[in-house]
Amino acid sequence: MLSDTDWGAIWLTLRLATTVTALLLLLGTPLALWLANTRSALRGPVSALVALPLVLPPTVLGFYLLIFMGPNGPMGQFTQALGLGTLPFTFWGLVIASLLYSLPFVVQPIQNAIESQGPRPAEVAATLRSSPWDTFWHVTLPLAKPGILTAAVLGFAHTVGEFGVVLMIGGNIPGETRVVSVQIYDHVEALEYTQAHWLSASMIVFSFAVLLSLYLLQQRKSAVGLRYGA
Amino acid sequence: MSALALVGGLFALFIPTAARAEEFTLAVASNFTTPMQAIAAKFEARTGHKVNLASGSSGKLFAQIRHGAPFDAFFSADQVKPSRLVALELAKGSTLFTYANGTLVLWSSHADLVDGQGSVLNTGRYKKLAIANPRLAPYGIAAVEALQSLGIEQSSRARRVQGENISQTYQFVATGNADLGLVALSQLMRNGRLSRGSAWIVPQSLYRPIRQDAVILNRGVDSPALAEFWAFFSGPEVQEILASFGYTADFSPEKAEKAEKAEKAEKSHVE
Repeated sequence: MLSDTDWGAIWLTLRLATTVTALLLLLGTPLALWLANTRSALRGPVSALVALPLVLPPTVLGFYLLIFMGPNGPMGQFTQALGLGTLPFTFWGLVIASLLYSLPFVVQPIQNAIESQGPRPAEVAATLRSSPWDTFWHVTLPLAKPGILTAAVLGFAHTVGEFGVVLMIGGNIPGETRVVSVQIYDHVEALEYTQAHWLSASMIVFSFAVLLSLYLLQQRKSAVGLRYGA
Repeated sequence: MSALALVGGLFALFIPTAARAEEFTLAVASNFTTPMQAIAAKFEARTGHKVNLASGSSGKLFAQIRHGAPFDAFFSADQVKPSRLVALELAKGSTLFTYANGTLVLWSSHADLVDGQGSVLNTGRYKKLAIANPRLAPYGIAAVEALQSLGIEQSSRARRVQGENISQTYQFVATGNADLGLVALSQLMRNGRLSRGSAWIVPQSLYRPIRQDAVILNRGVDSPALAEFWAFFSGPEVQEILASFGYTADFSPEKAEKAEKAEKAEKSHVE
């Protein structure tokens, strides 16, 4: 069934997806808030940049990240100047690549949730002398909760399933960069179809369970909300 | 009458050319794609036949062939997969032959890092050494064997990164993310010269030969054009192209015998 290296890949994948989801919620929420409210001329270009990973083939994105984060790339020069070395072939290299790759999946649902509220709730809060900070924490964010939950689920699931980018900048190092998708690919390429089937099956069951429980949670929450509202 | 003549004329236009110029599709391991493009172009110019190329990693192509991919022949990066297709009765054993012999090179994109003896491996003055995944790529197996022969397989482990195939390994080194890599000579040779950086050709005595086999698949068995291509492959033109890419050709005369042996050996462990 599952070997030790399979389990290692599973553990690494969970660690990566959790880290990336947490960071994306932290970075993506302010970005989504800004995109939802701004009248700046930068709104269009920034939205387009955020959505770009949806269009670029992952292996292409990975290839350019390899150059960008490499010893001669701008980011590589920067991380080397900080004494951090270069990022490809490390866990944190994967984290950064995944942040970029999963960004639209987190920003867009949150942005939609904030936009669909309209300006009304924030305006009402302002007439009640709520500061912008208070309004954000106690009005905008709670109202956007379903969108944030969706963003978290999509960001997590997308990072778990990521393959092309990781294959390109990961270097296939056990315990460091060999995630489940790469491990399955390895099995297939080595003609070890039985192991590939087992690992794929566990990945599908796990992903389904996570998605189902989050959707059920979301459903129950909104049901509770309705009851209170009525 | 004139309509009939027109139809007749149209037939005359299409039928003879269709009978003469044939089309076939080759599944080619990614490491051999560039030389194969040159070879196919020569063959097309010579015969008027049309050669389609489908490239990918050998494992992926193998899986696709097993599931009915419309390929007429398979140029693998190793010897195992063509033999297994013969054993699975998806390919014709008598057509099996070794079309190329790969050469392993220690390479850096820095002009002065690799010296003529490859001693940089022993001094350890490097950060990352890229090799192809030994579970998947013949060049990866050869790389590990060479490191073992040099007695540094264990000590180099912490600094090793693995490419999924030999082209990804090449990318790691070309982008400078790995300062050293064990790659294929065919990737570095352009018109018989080293394209850039510094390199050490790893002596053949340090690893077992990297032999790449080709076989005609069931779909292409009756194609005269493909048979022509097989004959063309051992000719001087192809040999010249192979040499310019750093491959040493290896046409074993006992190919039929080898195929028979492979058939027997492989039949035992087929799923």
